[in-house]
Amino acid sequence: MGGCIHLICKMNKMIKLKLSFLESVQMIKTALPIMIGILLLLNLVKIYTQEYYTTLFSGDPLIDPLIGAIAGSIYVGSPITSYIVGGELLAEGVSLMAITAFIMAWTTVGLAMLPLEAKCLGKKFSIVRNIINLFSAVIVAILTVYTLNLL
Amino acid sequence: MKRNKKSLSTASKFLLVVFAVYLVAAVIDLPTTKNAVINFLEMFTKILPILGVVVVVMTLANLYFTKERTTKILGQNSGVKGWIYTIATNVFIIGPPYVLYPLLGNLQKRGMKDSLLAAMLYNKNVKIYFLPVMVYYFGLKFTLIISIYIILFSIITGKLIEKIIN
Repeated sequence: MGGCIHLICKMNKMIKLKLSFLESVQMIKTALPIMIGILLLLNLVKIYTQEYYTTLFSGDPLIDPLIGAIAGSIYVGSPITSYIVGGELLAEGVSLMAITAFIMAWTTVGLAMLPLEAKCLGKKFSIVRNIINLFSAVIVAILTVYTLNLL
Repeated sequence: MKRNKKSLSTASKFLLVVFAVYLVAAVIDLPTTKNAVINFLEMFTKILPILGVVVVVMTLANLYFTKERTTKILGQNSGVKGWIYTIATNVFIIGPPYVLYPLLGNLQKRGMKDSLLAAMLYNKNVKIYFLPVMVYYFGLKFTLIISIYIILFSIITGKLIEKIIN
């Protein structure tokens, strides 16, 4: 009797695990076509735009972070990529404020990924989150650089 | 079931449009388009293992985060504990944010608060694994200052987003 209950419990756990796995695979499967499409588009756009990045910045303490945030907003990716791109831009003379805003927006705002985000998390949430995070990237950049200069 | 079929169809249509754009681009400038495809394949190959990890994490999360538990830990009455849990968990999550959207969407359906969801997406820059790279390029002082501001602003923007949505 005890063995039978144990077997039923084990089977129940296996069914739960299988259902959880199938649910996860389904979520990824739904997101995959949009993910592939957006990554394809980004790679095409990136080739034509990356050489203009350094000519965009003028040294203005307000305009630079705004441009940095907008440039970082187009794409959303792994933070490490933004550090490397930011580090290279810093070496080429772009202001730290602009780069900080770029790094912030890179991971927190993603206009290109908006359709995917809206599909998974809801349209209203995604739009509001991206707008607020864009301005927040500029504010954090200004605060970070001013604090850095103060210390 | 019917809704899934409809959404998949929209996603597939989008992918077809992208393929059409590539076709036009290839006619105009074949070498550049070829480069873009190579870059995409390199990027996608890097993402695939992360997606595998996401499926595993999502399966475990589905098992652990039942509706009742999600509501308790990350729901409306989660309080300060919910914030600490969100910030601490996020420090260890790897990969670009978009691979996490499905996972977070799942948690949202199970009752995760919008403010915590927004905070989780905001804290992507505070990653234990990537901090040495940031220190290398920008210095320890910069890394510490920006990390503190990110954690602080994740709470501020999270609260603000939730207030606006509701």
